[in-house]
Amino acid sequence: MTDAPKPLSTINAANLNTRVDSEVHGGVTEAEGPQLMSWDSHTRRWVVVYIPLMLFLFVLLFPFYWMGVTTFKPDSELLDFKNNNPFWVTSPTLANIKKLLFDTDYGHWLVTTMFVAVGSTFLSILASVLAAYAIQRLRFRGSEYVGLAIYAAYLVPPSILFIPLAQVVFEMGLYDTSFALILTYPTFLVPFCTWLLIGYFKSIPYELEECALIDGASRLQILRRITLPLAVPGLISAGIFAFTLSWNEFIYALAFISSTENKTVPVAILTELVSGDVYHWGALMAGALLGSLPVAIFYMFFVEYYVSSLTGAVKE
Amino acid sequence: MDASTWVAKRPEPTALARLFDYKPFLIAVCLFPAVGLLMAFLTYPLGLGVYLAFTDTQIGGNGKWVGLENFIDLMEDPIFLQSVWWTFVYTAIATVGKFALGLWLALLLNDNIPFKSAIRAIILLPYIVPTVLSAIAWWWIYDPQFSIISYVVVDQLGLRDRYYDFLGEPWPARWSLIVANIWRGIPFVAITLLAGLQTISPSLYEAAMLDGASGWQRFRRITAPLLMPILAIVMTFSVLFTFTDFQLVYAITRGGPINSTHLMATLAFQRGIPAGQLGEGAAIAVAMIPFLVFATLFSYYALGNRKWQQGSDND
Repeated sequence: MTDAPKPLSTINAANLNTRVDSEVHGGVTEAEGPQLMSWDSHTRRWVVVYIPLMLFLFVLLFPFYWMGVTTFKPDSELLDFKNNNPFWVTSPTLANIKKLLFDTDYGHWLVTTMFVAVGSTFLSILASVLAAYAIQRLRFRGSEYVGLAIYAAYLVPPSILFIPLAQVVFEMGLYDTSFALILTYPTFLVPFCTWLLIGYFKSIPYELEECALIDGASRLQILRRITLPLAVPGLISAGIFAFTLSWNEFIYALAFISSTENKTVPVAILTELVSGDVYHWGALMAGALLGSLPVAIFYMFFVEYYVSSLTGAVKE
Repeated sequence: MDASTWVAKRPEPTALARLFDYKPFLIAVCLFPAVGLLMAFLTYPLGLGVYLAFTDTQIGGNGKWVGLENFIDLMEDPIFLQSVWWTFVYTAIATVGKFALGLWLALLLNDNIPFKSAIRAIILLPYIVPTVLSAIAWWWIYDPQFSIISYVVVDQLGLRDRYYDFLGEPWPARWSLIVANIWRGIPFVAITLLAGLQTISPSLYEAAMLDGASGWQRFRRITAPLLMPILAIVMTFSVLFTFTDFQLVYAITRGGPINSTHLMATLAFQRGIPAGQLGEGAAIAVAMIPFLVFATLFSYYALGNRKWQQGSDND
């Protein structure tokens, strides 16, 4: 169908034309859309856009719904689909959450995870700000190669590093401590944050720094008083991303930590709550829900930063 | 004192302040934390990993050099060969699925729809939440007795008379993992491709419409080529992280049933950490490197291509 604008003689051509119209105007201004759209193109839009979109939303969100529903189910409903509607809870209970909070070390894991995430985020941001400043602002011979090397570090995935790193951590005497994680998480946080911040520094006009130089400010004063305050949104983006990635990290935390009380939430839920052949699905789902909530809430506050850092890092 | 003799009094900077204003020194100081961390915990372990692959090191002990023995053993190990094959199959199918569905979702979101930003925010949730925790939810969905999918298909729709045994047989377990991986990957692909779509100027589409291009032609001749650079980068990342995936498989099947779903990463973990054979585990991890190098070069040339397309102002 190469020649779209045909006279409106047949139903087919009419359909084609209204479709073309609705797409042009739908994409640009909605005000012009309705009077050109027929009922036919309305149903078409439902079939082509809204219904697939709803299916996507349903599939992407269902596991979370299922997690939530299971958390509040008493065992009698959980394991009996015949007499209950499994999609809903008729007599919600907090027993699973109570079990999680009081019969396990959940509080402890939460504190450990928080400590590790904050520590490694802080360390990574510090290292990344300085590195990005040196690469983007101090500009020395070969600075772009240093930038590229740091970027290349992002392409080294944790799953090929954890075995030798376990050896390194063991030799440093950090095995089974939170510091093992705080020091190793920067291997994937620093490359990401540095690249994000290089992009951000690039958007700050250099003239501001030149003025300050002429006024006699030192380089470090410029970084502290001019560049950093202007780069706050970039710092927030890098910070929340680093925090989320550290919170979610799994393989290092699984490999370098062995004692129950030093585990992070994702590892602990999988390894401590699954015991024997009988799975306590209620408590497991409560753990999954409570372990996801902090990042989900955090995320809700900073959605725009997440989207911009996610897309910015790829476009860079 | 009159105006001609007045000089601005500026406090003399201390020696330390002067040192920090000396550019080479400042550059070294600024780069030190990042480069130091990466050297100590990335470059050195990477080299150590390659070395370990040629030794018979066990946890807590020093191994001796055994040459290619680990690799020769692996070549005769059916579990390893199966994990290599499955890693490639898993990556290929999951990547195709993620990109087909992710691109579709991005195109849907690029349309003028109500609550666009709210929907965009909700869609990223599977990406934000810890993968292991959502994997546990999938594990529960795949439960042999209380799977909600089986319930709907068998008890509600009556399409089958037996519950699915999702994780008990090799192929159903493999497909279950692929579905979970695609679910986890769609948001990242959709959001990044949506960002790419939004950079395409609407005037190009208007011009094409005036020339009478059909919807497919517009997609084929405008959207696809302009999206290709960002698509290439996103795909490289996606391939890289799917190939080295660990969490989903470890959480849902732990490599079972009968080792049929072991990826190279999970097999490396199983041999290296719980079984304590660091040398053998390292050899499996090192065997992944050639593929990663290939993917990185691919990314580099995709990036280079993009610069060429956008002109020289993109440094």
